[in-house]
Amino acid sequence: MASPIDISPNRRDLLITAGAAAALSSAATATTAQTADLSQPVISKISFSVNGADQALELDLRTTLLDALREHLHLTGTKKGCDHGQCGACTVMVNGKRINSCLSLAVMHDGDEITTIEGLGTPDKLHPMQAAFIKHDGYQCGYCTPGQICSAVAVLEEIKAGIPSHVSDDLTATPQVSAHEMRERMSGNICRCGAYSNIIDAMSEVAGATA
Amino acid sequence: MKFDTPATTNPIDQLKVVGKPTDRIDGPLKTTGMAPYAYEQHEAAPNAAYGYVVGATIAKGTIAALDLSKAESAPGVITIVTADTAGKLDKGNFNTAKLLGGPEIEHYHQAIALVVAETLEQARSAAGLIKVRYTKAKGAHDLEAIRTTATRHKDSKDSLVGDFAGAFSAAPVQLDVTYRTPDHAHAMMEPHASIASWEDDQLTLWTANQMIDWGRGDVAKTLGIPKDNVRLISPYIGGGFGGKLFVRADAILAALGSRQAKRPVKVALPRSFMFNNTPHRPATIQRIRIGASKDGKISAIGHENWSGDLAGGGPEDATQQTKFLYAGANRLITTRLAVLDLPEGNAMRAPGEAPGLMALEIAIDEMAEKLGLDPIKFRVINDTQVDPENPARPFSQRQLIKCLHTGADNFGWDKRGAPGKTRDGRWLTGMGVAAAFRNNLTMKSAARVKLDNKGVVTVETDMTDIGTGTYTIIAQTAAEMMGVGLDKVVVKLGDSSFPVSAGSGGQWGANSSTAGVYAACVKLREMIAKSQKFDPAKTTFADGKVTSGRKSIDLGKAAGASGMVAEDFIEFGDLGKTHQQSTFGAHFVEVGVNEVTAEIRIRRMLAVCAAGRILNPKSARSQVIGAMTMGAGAALMEDLVIDKRHGFFVNHDLAGYEVPVHADIPHQEVIFLDETDPMSSPMKAKGVGELGICGVGAAIANAVYNATAVRVRHYPITLDKLLKDMPQIA
Repeated sequence: MASPIDISPNRRDLLITAGAAAALSSAATATTAQTADLSQPVISKISFSVNGADQALELDLRTTLLDALREHLHLTGTKKGCDHGQCGACTVMVNGKRINSCLSLAVMHDGDEITTIEGLGTPDKLHPMQAAFIKHDGYQCGYCTPGQICSAVAVLEEIKAGIPSHVSDDLTATPQVSAHEMRERMSGNICRCGAYSNIIDAMSEVAGATA
Repeated sequence: MKFDTPATTNPIDQLKVVGKPTDRIDGPLKTTGMAPYAYEQHEAAPNAAYGYVVGATIAKGTIAALDLSKAESAPGVITIVTADTAGKLDKGNFNTAKLLGGPEIEHYHQAIALVVAETLEQARSAAGLIKVRYTKAKGAHDLEAIRTTATRHKDSKDSLVGDFAGAFSAAPVQLDVTYRTPDHAHAMMEPHASIASWEDDQLTLWTANQMIDWGRGDVAKTLGIPKDNVRLISPYIGGGFGGKLFVRADAILAALGSRQAKRPVKVALPRSFMFNNTPHRPATIQRIRIGASKDGKISAIGHENWSGDLAGGGPEDATQQTKFLYAGANRLITTRLAVLDLPEGNAMRAPGEAPGLMALEIAIDEMAEKLGLDPIKFRVINDTQVDPENPARPFSQRQLIKCLHTGADNFGWDKRGAPGKTRDGRWLTGMGVAAAFRNNLTMKSAARVKLDNKGVVTVETDMTDIGTGTYTIIAQTAAEMMGVGLDKVVVKLGDSSFPVSAGSGGQWGANSSTAGVYAACVKLREMIAKSQKFDPAKTTFADGKVTSGRKSIDLGKAAGASGMVAEDFIEFGDLGKTHQQSTFGAHFVEVGVNEVTAEIRIRRMLAVCAAGRILNPKSARSQVIGAMTMGAGAALMEDLVIDKRHGFFVNHDLAGYEVPVHADIPHQEVIFLDETDPMSSPMKAKGVGELGICGVGAAIANAVYNATAVRVRHYPITLDKLLKDMPQIA
């Protein structure tokens, strides 16, 4: 193992990281690894807070935020469905905004505040969105559910903040909490069990209650 | 307990707990991320190393050379599993292709190696350093091209009744059309994943699997070890839809990797690997011929089906429903199987009926139009209350017509216009209907029920909950039987150390597994009654007490200090043979089709279902709307596209293989008809989890036709197939 080094991400480092992450393609590695020795993994110290608790990790630069949460912090509520940003199961909030944690390297989040499903509520103290999902049966197998709930919470915040979507008729008007708006904004979160109709019911209830 | 006479009144009929729309008892864990799935066993299997699978990049042939040297010396690599290191491996009873290929390659992305390393990043990186040289063999990748080589599979039975050819040619009104359904992927959200750990010769596998006992047997058979040496644990499963019925490469490779690495090894299949590595629903070609009198009575019905699979595989029998759904004295129903060198075909949600009804229920719509009949009326005219092939066999229950009429009333079917004639601004709108049909299967299922001195009832069975709501309906069953609240019931599932259940598949799980719990509870009730010297026949269980005459005692006290345990199973006699047991429904769909772009939007969906007693209307409704959603995908977007030169599915990820998202699905309605089926089990329930996907695709197709007057017979119905024939823009 290489000894840990401190880095502050800049463009060159990220290029190296990207090359390492794409090691399946030897061409990509060759073009970006002119200065980096990739025979050993590059380890970096990273600090961020997760659900209010400070975490300090030493991670292979190629580690995604998703794998940092699941495999290093053992916060397995955030799910890996595709690892490609195509399904939304890995949705978490970073500094209040939702992202696909599989598409983001952990090293890019030094100093960030991350909220996962475990930080929203617990079985004994459910977040209103979690309670609404249970009431409206907005899940079946449960695997996409943490991502759906994180997205659902964030979507209502985005609408409240006046951020328009693809289906907003007027980009400058205040978007409404409608099923149409919610469906559009939730469409990055796939549910193969097909609980969509119930998820929108759950979100509508929470939106109504907090409006 | 043997179930061989129709059920009479039993404690389930009280319906104090069963039949109520109870929230799922596993909901608080699932919604907070606390439910641990197969890959998430940090406590149970600490210090696991990471396995990364390498797949073949040819469809057929052999490995000429496999160079592991660079991978073996890559940082963090512990060991590499290949066919050479694995020792002799058998093939599971439920697998068509081997789970670890080499030197022979049977399909694209068949696993050929597992790299085990300290971290996922290292394993993945090293996997990319393996160099493989193949000797390719010529394969067949195009069903259409080899259709004429197809033969009857040994388990397929032709259904030939009367004189089909004569009756069809004599029929005043005839329909002869061919439909095509493409290959479909299960695409469940949780990838196939396993963690393996050996203790001496005992293997423990945490794995995502729908059928624990099948899996245990096939892991043992594949590895050549006694079944008793294998334990499978699968308490939460992130969707299956048939894709996790069988042991897959993740489980076997984790076991082999762990044996070589001498520590726990975890393996998840990368998403882009799943589509070609694991089974899929095979494509079908279906020729349907219907002959009828001018007043709409079917005299001849023919359904010929072709599908393909690897040598030794089975057919996608899209004719199953046609044997039972409509009357008609002269029948020709056949299914033929061709040998295809594509990834393995196998069961996906409602195998047979799902693609079969996508074709048959368009044909019924087309025939109704030819006859000038409303498609509901045409179905009513040709309803049958007996097995059309064997009229001595009645259906145990058949409320198809009531489903259709109830749906029509609720959906506003009378407002349906002529094809291509209804519009809403720039949208052409249309309504479609289709019948839903799926056979009710039953499977032997066992459970153990424990009662402790606090009156807590614990159910243990190797049954699985793949999102179906099993935890909850089993808890409801035990609570009803033992006369306690749900808060006094604990349900433990998905562990091969528990009694063998029906498992989750073929929509048999809910009815069979709860009937097994019923049987165990009957036994426990007798033990408790006898322990109090009560007459079991006159003993009641309610409000946490066991009562006989004027004597009553708390359940916990009756259990005694050390508690009581009962174990039993349900097995099924001949009622499924003497009576045709099926579930029925009707799907109604309204779509809008953009008059310029031919973009299709589903506006409304309604399913009316008659499927025996509904054990939990909330979770059952979710099963139905979920299946309707999957059916919408099959109708409008899902299509595994084959590279016919190289023999693989090209669109092997969730961006290329499109499944419905939120924006595709409107609010959905479900109506369950009141029904109990005493022929099915003591629960009087039947399957419902697959009924919802049966027919919905055709209802969408028929709605698109009603909107546009363009008939598409080759799924999925995409706008490019509509555009050339769309009505002129006014």
